Amino acid sequence: MAIRPLAIVGQLVAYAAFMAVIGYFAAAPAYSPFPSDQAQIKLSFRHTGPPKVECRRLTPEEIAKLAPNMRRAVDCPRERLPIAVEVELDGKILYAATLPPTGIWKDGSSKIYETFAVLPGRHTLTARLRDSRRAEGFDHTRREEIELRPRQNFVIEFRGDRGGFIFE
Amino acid sequence: MLKAIAHNLFERLERAFDYAFTPAWNPFHYLGALGWYFFWIVLVSGIYLFIFFDTGIVHAYEAVEAITHAQWYAGGVMRSLHRYASDALVVVVFVHILREWAKDRYRGARWFAWFTGVPLLWFIYICGISGYWLVWDELAQYIAVATTEWLDTLGVFGEPLARNFLNHNALSDRFFTLMVFVHILVPLLMLFLMWIHIQRNSHALVNPPLGLALGTLITMTVMSLMHPALSHPPADLDRVVTTANLDWYYLAVYPLLDVMPGRWLWAALGIGTLLLLITPWVPPLRRPPVAAVNLPNCNGCARCVADCPFNAIEMRARTDGLPFEQEAVVDAGNCVACGVCAGACPTSTPFRRASELVPGIDLPDVSIAALREQTLAACAKLAGEARVLIYGCEHGPPIEQLASESVATVRLRCSGQLPPAFIDFALTRGHVDGVLIAGCRPGDCHYRLGGQWARARIAATRDPQLRARVPRERLELLWSGMSGLAKLERTLAALRARLVPLGSYQRPHQPKTAQESGNGN
Repeated sequence: MAIRPLAIVGQLVAYAAFMAVIGYFAAAPAYSPFPSDQAQIKLSFRHTGPPKVECRRLTPEEIAKLAPNMRRAVDCPRERLPIAVEVELDGKILYAATLPPTGIWKDGSSKIYETFAVLPGRHTLTARLRDSRRAEGFDHTRREEIELRPRQNFVIEFRGDRGGFIFE
Repeated sequence: MLKAIAHNLFERLERAFDYAFTPAWNPFHYLGALGWYFFWIVLVSGIYLFIFFDTGIVHAYEAVEAITHAQWYAGGVMRSLHRYASDALVVVVFVHILREWAKDRYRGARWFAWFTGVPLLWFIYICGISGYWLVWDELAQYIAVATTEWLDTLGVFGEPLARNFLNHNALSDRFFTLMVFVHILVPLLMLFLMWIHIQRNSHALVNPPLGLALGTLITMTVMSLMHPALSHPPADLDRVVTTANLDWYYLAVYPLLDVMPGRWLWAALGIGTLLLLITPWVPPLRRPPVAAVNLPNCNGCARCVADCPFNAIEMRARTDGLPFEQEAVVDAGNCVACGVCAGACPTSTPFRRASELVPGIDLPDVSIAALREQTLAACAKLAGEARVLIYGCEHGPPIEQLASESVATVRLRCSGQLPPAFIDFALTRGHVDGVLIAGCRPGDCHYRLGGQWARARIAATRDPQLRARVPRERLELLWSGMSGLAKLERTLAALRARLVPLGSYQRPHQPKTAQESGNGN
């Protein structure tokens, strides 16, 4: 078959279009998932509340009613109390919630993962957490003056084994 | 309506590409094969990159940078090819899906390839997303955080996965190593599913023609040198990613997470996947009766098996006591009732008059006997000079529009359904002065291989062959597809102009063969 110049041009155009479409959308247009003039506060932890009901010593009659292989002296219901958490930025509530225990028996940890876009600069950050049976108030509080830079990812964690809230 | 518009667009586009590339190299005819080809490029380039890659999260970025810049001529090109071939894979896969849908090649017995192709989409995306993760630059950080946050919306993980990327203190090799594992394992599973995807197609095209393969490889190599794939700045979990140069072929879903809840997006993708899976049955195709074997006339030659485009026939041990080793058996689940098997059967000869014309394999609703009757009835009405019979397939041009006093038309399910003996019969018995066969464009046969086998049979390179005695100057072939009416008119006019000086066919004097003895027509 004779070579048709127009067909060759057509092929070149097709390959060039293929190159342009693949090449351009492989890395463009750019997407901005977060404003560059803001900072982020990320609140995240996993913490287990105390049992909802305290352990109770069983009576001999109650123990006798149990199957022989299931007999125990103390009954400890598995369900945990929810955790109350509150974050305040410059005196305004940024986040407040009561976190239920996880799991179908509600015996797991309470967990939280939230992010907030805030303006950079100097702020007063307060974090509070209640993990006891008290009805009001908080068991753990941390208040600190912080300086946030644009794009900074500031993390608020709660670690019981490290004494409470961690700001970093 | 929408499908008809899409079909029409594809026809026009492919016609243009037929001109530029020729049908033999037209990329639209090799979308699936190009998908395989791009997969192999991704695999080979990936193996090369893995040799120099550091699978630990601490040094992954440095390793990728070294591959990209220190050996730009090899590693850099390989990295770019890895990316561009992956992107091209997505493009050809989606065009492939759209084309099969527009041309209605996914329903009935053809549901299998469509159905098995849907999960492949998920595999492709898992491969692509996990690959971007491994560079561990800001784009990887964005993907890691967004993906884990999105996965957490499912509520099935004990501890939020996103806590693995809280800040630099939380970072460990654990999740990163998992991604490396995913990025290697999933392509292997994908390859297995790709193999399943083509199981019901015989002679499945898994390699594009050399010219097209070279053309795309050269194009992507030029792209790799001119516009190499580069990393973002290194990941830093203590800083939020504010600009991501997304690969939109793989990562277009992520911006949606900023405008809709993650669970909704999961639901949308789940429903979309489900809709795609059930598409072959919405609406269900009214399937014509499948091919049926007539054992007394089947000699077990296996030509139907060789020609069936959908692996719908197999040979099994003979069950009727006739002195042949095997018999053809039709798998009704795979048969699309294209009739290519009947066209391949050596018993499908219109010359047979000693007994009823019942081939070894045939379509019950469009039988070879009926085709013979149609041929005779259509030709009987012809008058004048340069009488022409047009055989056209269901997906070819509208041949009926050219019917006239001197032109008769007969529709076939597929051009591959026509046994070459019919051309011989029509011409050498003097029923017509010329025969024109109109079918799908080469490489675009609705039934995959029907047109290809028809051309090979007429060219006498595949059984059953058109006999040498048939005057080729009285035969014209036109493979123009359903939109080729104008071309068909021109071809018909040219054929008739050629036939006028030839006059009616005069059969050379020769002794009759045993097969022909007793023929009345």
